Amino acid sequence: MRNKLKTFLPALIGAMLTFGPAMAGPAGEVRSAPWQMWLQEPASPTADRIVAFNAQLMVIETLIVIFVLGLMAYIAIRFNAKRNPTPSKTTHNTLLEVVWTVVPILILVGIAVPSLKHLYFADRIPEADMTLKITGNQWYWNYNYPDNGDFSFDSIIVADADLKEGQPRLLTVDNKVVLPVETNIRLLMTSNDVIHNWALPSLSVKLDTMPGRINETWTRIHEKYVGKTIYGMCSELCGVNHGFMPIAIEAVSKEDFEKWVKEAQQKFASDDTKTDDKVRLADAGATR
Amino acid sequence: MANAADAHHDDHGHDDHYPGFFSRWFCSTNHKDIGTVYLYLSMFAAIVGGGMSWYIRLELAEPGIQHIDDFQFYNVLLTAHGFLMVFFVVMPAMIGGFGNWFVPLMIGAPDMAFPRMNNISLWLTFAGLGMLLISAFVGSGVGTGWTVYPPLSSGIYHPSAAVDFGILSLHLAGAASILGAINFIVTIFNMRAPGMTMHKMPLFVWSILVTAFLLLLALPVLAGALTMLLTDRNFGTHFFDPAGGGDPILWQHLFWFFGHPEVYIIILPAFGIISQIVSTFSKKPVFGYLGMAYAMAAIGVVGFVVWAHHMYTVGLDVDTRAYFTAATMVIAVPTGVKIFSWLATMWGGSIDFKTPMLYAFGFIFLFVVGGVTGVTLANSSADLVFHDTYFVVAHFHYVMAIAAIFAMFGAWYYWIGKMSGKQYSEGLGKLQFWVFFVGVNLLFFPQHFAGLAGMPRRIPDYPDAYAGWNYISSVGALITAIGTVLFFVILFRTYAAGSKAEQNPWGEGATTLEWHVPSPAPFHTFEDQPDMSGKAPAE
Repeated sequence: MRNKLKTFLPALIGAMLTFGPAMAGPAGEVRSAPWQMWLQEPASPTADRIVAFNAQLMVIETLIVIFVLGLMAYIAIRFNAKRNPTPSKTTHNTLLEVVWTVVPILILVGIAVPSLKHLYFADRIPEADMTLKITGNQWYWNYNYPDNGDFSFDSIIVADADLKEGQPRLLTVDNKVVLPVETNIRLLMTSNDVIHNWALPSLSVKLDTMPGRINETWTRIHEKYVGKTIYGMCSELCGVNHGFMPIAIEAVSKEDFEKWVKEAQQKFASDDTKTDDKVRLADAGATR
Repeated sequence: MANAADAHHDDHGHDDHYPGFFSRWFCSTNHKDIGTVYLYLSMFAAIVGGGMSWYIRLELAEPGIQHIDDFQFYNVLLTAHGFLMVFFVVMPAMIGGFGNWFVPLMIGAPDMAFPRMNNISLWLTFAGLGMLLISAFVGSGVGTGWTVYPPLSSGIYHPSAAVDFGILSLHLAGAASILGAINFIVTIFNMRAPGMTMHKMPLFVWSILVTAFLLLLALPVLAGALTMLLTDRNFGTHFFDPAGGGDPILWQHLFWFFGHPEVYIIILPAFGIISQIVSTFSKKPVFGYLGMAYAMAAIGVVGFVVWAHHMYTVGLDVDTRAYFTAATMVIAVPTGVKIFSWLATMWGGSIDFKTPMLYAFGFIFLFVVGGVTGVTLANSSADLVFHDTYFVVAHFHYVMAIAAIFAMFGAWYYWIGKMSGKQYSEGLGKLQFWVFFVGVNLLFFPQHFAGLAGMPRRIPDYPDAYAGWNYISSVGALITAIGTVLFFVILFRTYAAGSKAEQNPWGEGATTLEWHVPSPAPFHTFEDQPDMSGKAPAE
């Protein structure tokens, strides 16, 4: 445990000093770092807004907690039985009661206005450049590219024993979702069995894959994430292996995406993606 | 009522005539005895449910799989932990235990309005607890989470009878609570002593009244949804199965229409308890009594129209989510009124920091921390990063779980002298508070960071990056466990060697009616009705 504490203290001090928007994960990868105390770095326009919005909320909430704690500390020191043997009998102060009702309302309105703007921004994109269809299965994801030749493939966790050097445990998959940067991507989601949730913290995307329904949202990956892998995990309890169906997106340039599409159309043309195996663990050899 | 009380009095001939063991504890119609049994039911369930959570924290202390290699069993543990804590620890203790004990005493009534129905409520709760414990041993158990979302809870994905046992368990606990709620409403409306008007009732009685209405309105919805799930599983209906024209989201709407009021059912009695304790130990009446009472009523009303904030990610229309964001934020206003009124009650007071007051202070801190993170989570936009992460786990454990436990500990220390006639050891009580306070904060505060960094809930193993916060959290769980053991030591010590409790151990601040009867409270109280006419609110 001493090692953990050794990394903890500098990380804690660093986080307190910078209080930056995010602590970067390992190079080339967008995922959380040890002792991370803040949101993952934003890689989409929605995430930019949410990370900034969360920072505003945290400031307001921290101030409220400090304010109340300050009052409590003052009360404990000033109005304990030793210091103040005779209690006052004050039980009403109309002005005070109006103030502590109205001021919270004003703060909440101040929060709600930007909040709702971000909500509508994150919801849909009217004109999408491409579509990715995501299907949840127990316990893997199936991805379909309807605008790029309608090919599909499964994306399955790589077991711990098969991990290669540098591949993160519980996050590595055999086939990553390859997506172009600076492209408006419509995301359509459904499920073949129970409810799953396709969640990418650094894109601020989190939507249930719901059997019998198709849910829609969108994302757009920033240019600077070319060549990086963005990680997420299933975020709705979906049974025994809920903790073992990660999501990995490889962000590429538009040109590389076109190249990849041509390869993928060949590679996944005959792939049997409709397997019924309950548990499938891929070996790292199948990694792209 | 005077006549009924007199008749009762004549039956037994004497105040202190107790029935034999079996008829006293198993066939009881006495609100105090029933309350006591509820409290021990709650403590038993707390040991089981707490034990499950400590086992979970043991597994999560380090990355990788150490102890629980059957992930269905892991899911069964976290599901049963939720069910036990909500339905069989907090509700029986707050409403069945302290509610039964002190609502009649505080309003000057000789007992509850329907004493036999009170007994049925108690034993239905026991039966529900039994069903829940059995469900863990049927097939592979209930691994659905306490939300029991279909299709995961449907016959295809949970084929054994375990989920059926779970459903029947909730049916029984629900029926018990509905009967109990009727009993409290009738008691509070009809059996108040002369002069004990609604606006003079102690705030604990107000909190139980509002809670009883929430129970009465929310639980039938749960019962309907559970019945639909039961017929889906066993009789071929398709309420929640899209293949037959049903809809899994229908379950979520019905469940959360119950589930959100349920969290206020848990926390409102805590509000009442904290108001009594703060007023007693500050030696001041509660500041803004009417505002406090109606803030609870407002929380109860608004609590029914915010349920879909648990469902921001299911694919609801954006306008719907905008409404639920705004409505949810409204709740912060009456809860803010409560917090500030407690602070104002203490302001200018002459505060004795005895153990119950420490727990009240701790409650206010926990509730504020959990409350402000609730404002974050109210935002459907922010929920895009927070939904189903440990940030949510930290939030609801702060605001509802450990806050409620703090209120329960505070209530136990506050009233144990009245209930048992023995007073706890003040030094040990304070030690237990500090151990527990440090433990729960170390346990749950780091989970905010794990959640911000993106760690999902309900997973038996996690990516290595989350190891640090999880380790600290598990250390906190160990300290919390020590604090819990210490509580039981204090409990046994109080019964075995506690000093004799005075009628009113708290002095001038304790003005409510329970302090006007001897300690321990005799088997029958208020055979002569107290007259509260012309007196100030019993605060």
